[in-house]
Amino acid sequence: MRSLSEIDTTSKRASRAAGFSWGISEEIGKSIRQLELFGLPGVKTLNKYYALKPKEKFENLNLVKEKNISKKYPYCPIVLGVSFLDQIRNLENFEKITFNKISFPLLILPFLSKSSEVIGKKIKVSFNNFEFLLNLNVNISSNLLEKKLPEICENMEINIIENKDNFSDQEWKNLYKLSEETFVEENDSLKKGAAGAGLTDND
Amino acid sequence: MQVQLRDPNIIMKLSRLGSFHQSKLSFLRSFLDEFKDWEYNNDLFDLDKNGYGTAVYSLKKKDRIYSLVCFANKIDDEERSDRVIATKWDAAFTLHDGIPTKNDIKRLKNEVPKQEVGRLSYKELTLSRANKSMRAFNHVVSCLSKGFQPDLNLLSKVGYLYRTTAVYGSGKFGLADRLRIKNREEINGPFRLEMMLVYLVRQFTFDQVNHVAKSKNPKIAVKLDSKICKNLGIGNSTGLGMAPFIVNHPTLLNNWILSREIALKKIREIKKVNLKEINIFKNCLKNSIRNITSWNTEDEYQKNRIYSLFNDVKKFLKFIETDFDFKIDYPFNEVYLWIEKQTCEECIEYIVSMMLEPFDDIVKPLVGKMSSDEDKYFTIPTNRTVEDLRSIVEKRYPDILKIDFEKKENSKNFWFISKNKEEPRYADRFKEGGSELEQPLAIARDIKKLYNQLLVSDNNLKIDKFLINNNDLRHVIRRAFIVEKFPYSEIQDNTIAENVIPIDMLRLKLSFFGALKFDPRSDKWLRICMFQGAPLPEDLKNFDQQWVYNS
Repeated sequence: MRSLSEIDTTSKRASRAAGFSWGISEEIGKSIRQLELFGLPGVKTLNKYYALKPKEKFENLNLVKEKNISKKYPYCPIVLGVSFLDQIRNLENFEKITFNKISFPLLILPFLSKSSEVIGKKIKVSFNNFEFLLNLNVNISSNLLEKKLPEICENMEINIIENKDNFSDQEWKNLYKLSEETFVEENDSLKKGAAGAGLTDND
Repeated sequence: MQVQLRDPNIIMKLSRLGSFHQSKLSFLRSFLDEFKDWEYNNDLFDLDKNGYGTAVYSLKKKDRIYSLVCFANKIDDEERSDRVIATKWDAAFTLHDGIPTKNDIKRLKNEVPKQEVGRLSYKELTLSRANKSMRAFNHVVSCLSKGFQPDLNLLSKVGYLYRTTAVYGSGKFGLADRLRIKNREEINGPFRLEMMLVYLVRQFTFDQVNHVAKSKNPKIAVKLDSKICKNLGIGNSTGLGMAPFIVNHPTLLNNWILSREIALKKIREIKKVNLKEINIFKNCLKNSIRNITSWNTEDEYQKNRIYSLFNDVKKFLKFIETDFDFKIDYPFNEVYLWIEKQTCEECIEYIVSMMLEPFDDIVKPLVGKMSSDEDKYFTIPTNRTVEDLRSIVEKRYPDILKIDFEKKENSKNFWFISKNKEEPRYADRFKEGGSELEQPLAIARDIKKLYNQLLVSDNNLKIDKFLINNNDLRHVIRRAFIVEKFPYSEIQDNTIAENVIPIDMLRLKLSFFGALKFDPRSDKWLRICMFQGAPLPEDLKNFDQQWVYNS
């Protein structure tokens, strides 16, 4: 079994050899390591992408907007991912960000995951009936399981999810009420003697 | 009184970093402290009469066990090489997490002796190999087998029976990633498991030499005296492989140096010191003369440095014995100011290390702060502006910005990874091919490039936009934002200049390991000794904290 450290170093070096700058290659190394740590096929997908890269054309998206439409070729997932991460503080104001065509969409997930950590908000990604929830770079939830991701995804939609509860007020109240059963009702004597501070703190 | 931390622009120069010495903060010393109450065992010792075979040593506390698995093999003299290109060694080792099963040992026997071309598993933590000092090993075997102890003069010249030629950890060759074990309290310090491996290997070398001597002459042979064992360490040959590490781990480097600097600052701020503290310091200093006089090297440059160190330490000793009164306020501040003015860099750092000796209460809390979660600082804060970044670069790299990289002598060399051994190398870019595959270790040059670009960019431009056209400088943009928070994270020198001495970078790292007796064999590799004078495993529970100086 390859260690995560080997995966990081080798992905970084391979990315440099594939033509990316050292700084971007460093980002790729960490991204592929993250995918593999989360049980997603990072090395396999990067390999496929680099095998295709010299033969096929990809569009570099350097400035990410609300709606991104590649003119002819699918977007390079790495340049897109890095740009998204760099520009996340501007992008978090959009409710929805879309891309019409991205090659090897798995490769942008770690950048989005990191973006989620930077802004402290969950990010939802959907395309071709696949859904991913990127949770502050702590984990990636998906409905992927044994299904294979397409090499080119169409109409990717990214939603930045505002921080809000996953449950209703009533559900919270019910749970809280139950938790109260661990509390002791205070009589006068307990009120006077069981607290640390005095009854008046003006002295 | 408030003492300022020393200026990174002075301390982080290569000549100063290359003058660092071991200290109480060094990893092999903090390893011994952490593991002093662990139970030591030799679980397996299955060597033939020539000393070839398998051995297992362990350290145990509660449910946790670390086992060193040793494989000693026969190699021919012409196969023995300290260079990384070697493919056979006298012995190979791995530190296994837990108790190895028979199947583990069988698997490891096949993989560990192959080193870089073998595959380890997540159950193994570190990997190493070592070669005998034939001169020392054969002499000891010969003497012990005849019933007497070896010549101390010969042993003091070598200092060890075996030399390791690499110690790997952190996920290399399939070893466990740091991630798997990072929450273990006992390894909350850099390189602790590497230190454990080397320490247990040292014991193996004594057991092996005793075993071979006894096999040779069972009736007459004696065991190597434990006092002699104590004064033997483990040698190590180190090449350029270590150099990129300190460039590639900026926050870790910062935490090492910062801990030392904080310790020094706090010691200088002590108003009154007591007699016990004064005596510890003075004794270390006096006893350390022996470490200097037994520091052997053929290297002229290092010989001169040792000579200056010896003279300066003697000068300092005279000063504190005759002209200095430790009863004054802030005595160690005065000591520091004196050595800074009166002695060479090698001596300044030598005495700084010794100033740490009496102050466990200052030093020990810092030991736990020498690791780093580097990923935490990896993301570039792209919401900052060009003006912010330019100001960081101006403030943190003042001397580097003065370098003219158009001059050949300032960009003479390049760092690369060799294809055949996947090891870092250093070569002249104007004489050798391959500079187009240069590694990103020319930080000074790239910072200057970044600065020039920042000068012609709009001050209010945010870094996310600046990066769109400058992603080739991304690696140094990241570093500049790191050095803003971690002032000791960057070498303040040009690592590709004609006059650079690469072993300064190795020496810095080795000093934090706790190495002694740096012996440069060229400007690109050196030999050192570790654990010389350290307590033996059976003495771990109660040992002299100043063993480095008192052995």
